[in-house]
Amino acid sequence: MSDAPPGRQRPTDVYFFATCVVDQFFPGAGLDAITLLERQGIRVHFPEEQTCCGQPAYTSGFPDEARKVAAHQLTLFPNDWPVVVPSGSCAGMMKHHYPTLFAGDPARLVLAEELSGRIYELTQFLVEVLNFKPQDAGSACTVVLHTSCSARREMGVYLTGRKLLDDLAQVNVAQQDHESECCGFGGTFSVKQPEISGAMVEDKVAALKATGAERVVSADCGCLMNILGHAAWKDRQEGRAIPSLPGEHIATFLLRRTTKESAR
Amino acid sequence: MNAPQTLNFMPSEGFRARSKAVVENPFLRKSFRGAMDFLTAKRAAQFPDVEELESLRTLGERIRQYNLAKLPELLERLEINLTRNGIKVHWAETPDEANAIILGICKAHAAKLMVKGKSMVSEEIELNHAAEAAGIGALESDMGEYIVQLAGEKPSHIIMPAIHKTKEEIARLFAEKVPGVAYTDNVDELIQIGRQVLREKFREADIGLSGVNFAIAETGTLCLVENEGNGRMSTTVPPVHIAVTGIEKIVEKLEHVPPLYSLLTRSATGQNISTYFNMISGPRKPVEKDGPTEVHLVLLDNGRTQAYADDQLRKTLQCIRCGACMNHCPVYARIGGHAYGTTYPGPIGKIVSPHMLGLEATATLPTASSLCGACGEVCPVKIPIPDLLMRLREESFSAPRANPAMRGQGAGYNATISAIWRAWAAVYRSPRLYRLATWLGSRFNGLTPSRQGGWTSVRVPLKPAPKRLRDLVKERQ
Amino acid sequence: MNARDRILAKLRAAAPATAGDQPDVAGWYVTHRSVETGAEKAARFRHFIELAHAEVYAVPRGGWLQKLYEVLSAKAIASLLVAPGTPHGLRAREGLVELGIACPGYDRPVEEWKAELFTDTPAAFTVARAAIAETGTLILWPDADEPRLMSLVPPVHIVLLDAGRIYNTFFEAQQAEGWAEGLPTNALLISGPSKTADIQQTLAYGAHGPKELVVLMIGEE
Repeated sequence: MSDAPPGRQRPTDVYFFATCVVDQFFPGAGLDAITLLERQGIRVHFPEEQTCCGQPAYTSGFPDEARKVAAHQLTLFPNDWPVVVPSGSCAGMMKHHYPTLFAGDPARLVLAEELSGRIYELTQFLVEVLNFKPQDAGSACTVVLHTSCSARREMGVYLTGRKLLDDLAQVNVAQQDHESECCGFGGTFSVKQPEISGAMVEDKVAALKATGAERVVSADCGCLMNILGHAAWKDRQEGRAIPSLPGEHIATFLLRRTTKESAR
Repeated sequence: MNAPQTLNFMPSEGFRARSKAVVENPFLRKSFRGAMDFLTAKRAAQFPDVEELESLRTLGERIRQYNLAKLPELLERLEINLTRNGIKVHWAETPDEANAIILGICKAHAAKLMVKGKSMVSEEIELNHAAEAAGIGALESDMGEYIVQLAGEKPSHIIMPAIHKTKEEIARLFAEKVPGVAYTDNVDELIQIGRQVLREKFREADIGLSGVNFAIAETGTLCLVENEGNGRMSTTVPPVHIAVTGIEKIVEKLEHVPPLYSLLTRSATGQNISTYFNMISGPRKPVEKDGPTEVHLVLLDNGRTQAYADDQLRKTLQCIRCGACMNHCPVYARIGGHAYGTTYPGPIGKIVSPHMLGLEATATLPTASSLCGACGEVCPVKIPIPDLLMRLREESFSAPRANPAMRGQGAGYNATISAIWRAWAAVYRSPRLYRLATWLGSRFNGLTPSRQGGWTSVRVPLKPAPKRLRDLVKERQ
Repeated sequence: MNARDRILAKLRAAAPATAGDQPDVAGWYVTHRSVETGAEKAARFRHFIELAHAEVYAVPRGGWLQKLYEVLSAKAIASLLVAPGTPHGLRAREGLVELGIACPGYDRPVEEWKAELFTDTPAAFTVARAAIAETGTLILWPDADEPRLMSLVPPVHIVLLDAGRIYNTFFEAQQAEGWAEGLPTNALLISGPSKTADIQQTLAYGAHGPKELVVLMIGEE
């Protein structure tokens, strides 16, 4: 077991904020993230009352509705444990936008600012707090990593996912064209501007496939929904039974690679 | 590609159709992508040192915010110092007023031909139309602007106006429209054709019109940034020079200019400096042998005071018009500039146009963003463009209210959509309702509709997992 | 109220109470730009202006006329527009005429000879007031003796620069020379021949101004 970096207390307990997307659409990824944390000797607490960070309403121009939903989340983390979020965009919402959202509500602002200080994106937490260095138990493979725009630009954690993959001895990380470009998800953008969003995800999937990687991994399920949703649609269009671009959350990939008996 | 001939229409209307047309054209897709890759690579090469870039952006932001904070005082000082230097200052609240002032000066000189250096504000006020209607020729002299004018189009990029055209298209255009010119797609030859045509016009012109990059209050100086020399021609050869600019382009001190100028050229085209930096502090003096004998400055509001009145929206006015936001925007790269339907396209266009045209005409534009943040990341003066887009969404979609911060507030209000978001909030703020709704979703996931609006146009339907994470967590306890 | 007063009234009503401290421009330059020796500045100036497609020749202080003649000969230029009211312009005319180069002077208002300037003036010779190493930039302050169109209309512009007049940065130049105290009607920074990339991002020189820019640099070590 590795030590925490100097000056940062290694916590014994964390809260896990799953996000509504993981809860409903990628529960396996959430469970794998929890398992991964527990294997590092961390007690993971899943507040049963959690729902959604409020981001869908916030980015769509409905801050009042976002505030109501966010206000509920503020009550879920009473102990001063870190809050680990398996999504850069939801983490970014809680870390950077909650204080703005509650700027006019002094009592909640205090809570929001306090909470902001202990929000971690999952890969950031694994690398920066736990100093986690995954031991690869799998066979050689090539994957490609998609980092969400929020992780990259809002949370500034685009290096941590990459580092975790680089630590896996048998895993080659391919480099896609226009790596830093958005996949085109953008929440309601994908529904309101389907032509533009569609063009963006089409290009993204093409760039990911062009690397020849056997799968795409990402720390954000919003991007994965979009990327894998388009890749599967294209497979259907072109009559392929086997997915041309499988993908999964980085937690699932890391857990599998570091699990000896089931290193598939 | 058909460009709108006039901006007197609702940019919001038809935005989706226009963007769809470009997205479905593989040739345009490839050419925009190539142009944007070229510009982003050039900018990146100018900023190898991240610390230098970030500290310079911080300084640029500070300079712009400082000068905006003092804007009313600085405008008055600018007016005093320009007047002292012999430059006549005019004020216009609307495009019509600005055009009337400019055409009034033209008429006083019985002008027949106005030659124009690059000016986005003159596009904003649609000066060319107004001049034509008044019987005055208005000729664009920036090569890119000249090309789009010849084609009867509008610029599709604020720095590279003809970025949507290939050299073959330009070759055909010149062969067809310029008398005595045979088809050539050699770029040097094409530029020389433009040079010859326009040199004649510089000599003939009665009026030279330009924009302004920075107006310096303390010295009473107008600064113009360019590479071609047409800006210098327009402001030096004709007997009268009229500059037109937005009221926000002002700095208090000369020393504020070097950092902004450096940020501008490095961010815009990836040049360490432009070929020319032209500082004009007055008309020709009696002893001088060239230069205009009259210099005018038209200061335009056109919605800028509205943006100014709100602490958050004021940041829109920090813009120095480099175009880096559009060069890095994945949406702009897919649809190009014309699809926006506004004078200023791309991310900056989405946040500035609503003040000029009202949200009623532009409500769709702020939704055309995935909020990826690339624009804010490269903005040389750190305009928080994604935050402003979210603000504009709120201004647009909220129910009309008294004393709105913006013209057209509530233009995108839809009672049903608002009710859906209220219902969403009611469910997601309540753990009990959330559990019920998501349980139903997972339990009956077989009933998920196979068509899900825009989502399923290029994606398989979203389907909740049979068990939620909270169920899996419970099961393992 | 007129437009002016309405605009100012709206701005005053909304302006923040305070603008805060002056932006620390000088501080940024101190921490981010080094002060170089004369030789380093000359080398940096040369590097950047050559990248921008200018020709640079080192010339001896007393002997620049010879290089000027060589440049003109190499380019087959038989006529050079000069500023006879300046020492260098007069010197060029005195020296070149006897070598067979015509040296018309810019000695009357442009209106009197616009056609000739635009169609029959292949080159012009001016001095640079100073230069900037950081970006490879010439600083010109045109005046009654050496008017502004000399550096713009003729297809070839030849500039005499004293390497001792090279500043590290634009900021340093304007500070050292006290530009804020007063600027001429027209001050120019020139960083290469005229150019454009407006057709398919392909660089082409000689868009509207000079196609060629030649710098004769005195005192480059």
